[in-house]
Amino acid sequence: MGIRILKAGMMTTVQDLGRTGYQSQGFSVAGVMDVRSFKIANLLLDNPENEAVLEFALIGPTLEFTAGTLIAITGGDFQPTINGEPAPMYTAIDIHKGDVLKFGSARTGSRGYIAFSSYLKVPVVMGSRCTNMKSSIGGFKGRKLQDGDYIGFRIKRRYLPFFLSRTLELDEFNQDHVTLRVVLGPQDERFSKQGIETFLNSEYTVTSDFDRMGCRLEGPFIARKEASDMISDGIAFGSIQVPSHGKPIILLSDRQTTGGYPKIATVASVDIPWLVQRKTDHKVRFKAISVEDAQKLYLKELEELNQMRKKIHQPCKEVLECRQVSRRIRRLFP
Amino acid sequence: MIAPFWVSERTDGGFFEKGVESKDIMQNIRILTAGDSSLLIEFGNEISPEINRRIAAIVKLLREQHIEGVVDVIPAFCSLLVNYDPRVIRYEKMKKRMESMLRVDIKVGEGKRKIFEIPVLYGGEYGPDLGNIAEHAGMSEEEVVKIHSSQDYLIYMLGFLPGFCYLGGLDERIHTPRLANPRLKIRAGSVGIGGSQTGIYPLDSPGGWQLMGMTPVKTYDPEREVPILVEAGNYIRFVPVDEAEYRRIQAQVEDGSYQCVIHEEV
Repeated sequence: MGIRILKAGMMTTVQDLGRTGYQSQGFSVAGVMDVRSFKIANLLLDNPENEAVLEFALIGPTLEFTAGTLIAITGGDFQPTINGEPAPMYTAIDIHKGDVLKFGSARTGSRGYIAFSSYLKVPVVMGSRCTNMKSSIGGFKGRKLQDGDYIGFRIKRRYLPFFLSRTLELDEFNQDHVTLRVVLGPQDERFSKQGIETFLNSEYTVTSDFDRMGCRLEGPFIARKEASDMISDGIAFGSIQVPSHGKPIILLSDRQTTGGYPKIATVASVDIPWLVQRKTDHKVRFKAISVEDAQKLYLKELEELNQMRKKIHQPCKEVLECRQVSRRIRRLFP
Repeated sequence: MIAPFWVSERTDGGFFEKGVESKDIMQNIRILTAGDSSLLIEFGNEISPEINRRIAAIVKLLREQHIEGVVDVIPAFCSLLVNYDPRVIRYEKMKKRMESMLRVDIKVGEGKRKIFEIPVLYGGEYGPDLGNIAEHAGMSEEEVVKIHSSQDYLIYMLGFLPGFCYLGGLDERIHTPRLANPRLKIRAGSVGIGGSQTGIYPLDSPGGWQLMGMTPVKTYDPEREVPILVEAGNYIRFVPVDEAEYRRIQAQVEDGSYQCVIHEEV
């Protein structure tokens, strides 16, 4: 009862919201890169908010199910098929024993997610099921998946009410340009006024140096004030550090806990998904907002997710109509 | 001048300033934004045991008071990153809570020092570079071991690897440059010197430190209830052991019966 990995793809790992609470001891949080897609995938199946999923990048995996279950696929479009037929995304899908789910390369976006209503059977290590590859712990044997791996399910196929309603609008990741809203700081004052202007008014290009640790950007040089030594401090998810070469590096899920480069700004939580779904050569710009506005956006997104939850918990309209018609017909033939 | 290690993300090869006299620590404290879910409390811009003790005290206070919404903290040499959930507490309120917490007069330095004993088998195949270190210092291997194990090292912070401690206070006489050719794999438990720093490798890792010995104690074990034994603000004391003692402790570590020796001293 579980999934067999026929082809592992480029970088397929078990992830959840990360292993928090141990950063003071040098533990990276890890966890999903695109929190929004992750949450939507679990939401579609009424899974707990932090249930583990598979995250994959650039080229997706091929899985065979050894038991029936329900799944949801979100994130970038990796052209999923089930037994050769196109599979819908952002929809709860009924899976039968023996079905083969196959992903190709990313048509849009760069990271995909699969949530399982039968829950992946991997141990909880230090409060999380996520894979921390550097420390080789969590997830499936502390590593990315390989061909032939088998992950069991924790529970049997479970009933989901309003199954036909469980479909949501797709997030599109096909934009060539995105503007990331950022909160300046904590070390913005180490940059010259001109440096900050360059940062906020230039276009930066995503390089191929882009993995779960961070995203290196290419573009105009960001000038600092006179060189001053900086002492390592803690790093937040989405921190934008600028080493002496003047090009920004955005630190992501597998970031180290501390670092010694000045951090000019931090990407707003709600915009990190739009960054991590970029591909090499895509363009990004930065726009400064206040910390209060960034928090409002965060709460607004949570409200949006709540609305999604409500939407999929209503009877499907078509089905309702169908029932009404059948009732009328039945009355005609008492 | 070679930049100190905290300027880059290199984890070794730097030096520690020796006992900088700290003025009024409170005066230099600033609270900075680090995105919508974190704030950074900066305690000046220097490395000193006083500041470090102050940060350790705040971390302890944060744990005790359990401010709702605080998810995680990252204490560093002279700063503290506090990660919080804006769903539970917003920026202004969080900042105020932190400000009032910082105003509390913590009896800095009056608490007991928590010292962890780390048994080390120095030299031989366990510390292949002990000869290098002795040669560089112009003394015998025994003297190097004596110097290395005769003082307690303050854990300024943990980072780089799970459980990796940035220790302060290595005696200048045994500072040793890193290896010209870093090793591809250094075994977990290796104790070494890199420039002005000494430390323990918590897990197998590549590295360029001069290896002087090995501890059977697992400073990091994800299977253990407490995966990492130490925290910033604690001290480490290296205790030389012979091979028989090393094997005995190793066996205890393997069957889970080993208890790390911890001293509480004023």
